[in-house]
Amino acid sequence: MESNERLSAPLVLEYPFRRTTGPVIGAFLTGLREKIVLGIKRQDGTVLVPPTEYDPETSETLTEMVEVAQQGEVITWTWVQEPRPQSPWDSPHALAMIKLEGADTPLFHAVLAEGPEVLEVGMKVRIKWREVTEGHIKDIEGFVPFEESNG
Amino acid sequence: MCGEKVKQMRKVAVVAAASRQEEKMLDTEVEMMIPLITEVRTRTGLDQTDIGFTCSGSSDFLAGQAFSFVMTLDAVGPVPPIAESHVEMDGAWALYETWVKFQMGVIDTALVYSYGKPSPGSLQDVLSTQLDPYYVAPLWPDAHSVAALQARLLLEQGIITPDELADCALRTGTVESREDYFLQPLLADPLREADCPTYADGGVALILASEEKADELCERPAWITGIDHRIDAHHFGVRDLTAAPSARLAAKNAGAHDGPIDSTELHAAYTTHDLLLRKEMGLDIPKIPQRSYPIQADTLMASGLLRIAEAARSIWDGSANRTLAHATAGPLLQQNLVCVLDGGGD
Repeated sequence: MESNERLSAPLVLEYPFRRTTGPVIGAFLTGLREKIVLGIKRQDGTVLVPPTEYDPETSETLTEMVEVAQQGEVITWTWVQEPRPQSPWDSPHALAMIKLEGADTPLFHAVLAEGPEVLEVGMKVRIKWREVTEGHIKDIEGFVPFEESNG
Repeated sequence: MCGEKVKQMRKVAVVAAASRQEEKMLDTEVEMMIPLITEVRTRTGLDQTDIGFTCSGSSDFLAGQAFSFVMTLDAVGPVPPIAESHVEMDGAWALYETWVKFQMGVIDTALVYSYGKPSPGSLQDVLSTQLDPYYVAPLWPDAHSVAALQARLLLEQGIITPDELADCALRTGTVESREDYFLQPLLADPLREADCPTYADGGVALILASEEKADELCERPAWITGIDHRIDAHHFGVRDLTAAPSARLAAKNAGAHDGPIDSTELHAAYTTHDLLLRKEMGLDIPKIPQRSYPIQADTLMASGLLRIAEAARSIWDGSANRTLAHATAGPLLQQNLVCVLDGGGD
């Protein structure tokens, strides 16, 4: 063996535990299976999407889940020209933070657009669901741009 | 811990440091750490049996093995038995734990080290696993894309400008000229390659000592006059990404504003982070440049502790009297630690 050659051996990392998703994240994921999006109300009336069991600032327990719209606006975005092997998407796409109507915090997901020139902050997008949903963040295939009709 | 209170606390100084970073290291973690740990012990004349406490920082996710730090203890020599601890965090947090141990009054000397060797695997995969496990990690975004989302918010809201990014890239040495910066293609729109870190393998070892011991071990000890660490929400959707409140608070509590700072060592792996941290912590562009920049060589788990080592080196060589070191962990500056060091001169 050459002295500068690195020894290598296969290593498969496993996580042999099952986790329960609990009353809030579990409800959100079940909502996705039913093709609806749930948020959770904070004490000040604002709505967290995706929801958490506690208020990230005050640590108060949160319980009141509310449905929000399936459309909203892009808060910020970047373009992925070459998706990574594990990525759910195999063609170029945008990654974005999307604030759904009725929500006060943005959700992280993909925007399925032709190219980066289509993207802009404030653009309207709506959910494109996968045909078969199973209660997973990937039930959302991505967000697609749409024009709001004025009529 | 507020600055005023720290002054009433036990004085602790950084008295020796050794570090090494390379893009790809063929040595194992133990082989990498032995010369560094030997160097700081030799420089201070301390034997492992003289050292009251040993604390390290590293990541099992990089090593691909549970309790991987136990093996690296072979670089220290754990026999006869030593008092030892570990954090699954950057070594800057191991230093914080050690500083608390000093305050408990039970030790006079300590060895703190940390290391990361990402080159054998995919660091981008490891960084994905630190994101929210239900909402974000299953989508496997790479770190540069996540940084780009924050960068666009900062640019759109006018908190930073493209010219400032170019100046920062020039200052941190990732481009030769401003023109070169703007000629670079976008790596993760709106970030260019010059805005993003180059990753490296590496490690760093430090010796800390109490006021009873420090002057014996070092000509000009770098006294820790303030240290604090704070955290923001994990899920980055609920945070205002154009701010870093935990960095602001940690700097205030560490007494950063109690006197002039001669040089700063920021754990900023992106130009956007350098600019945002300076705004949040009220720091000017320093007259004395950083000794090394994480954007040029970022070592997960060691970059933060390395900043403290570099801030101490500026005091030891007399180029600065009061320095600030910063460490960060988690996605998009989620957790921040600030350590202010003082040479005790005028």
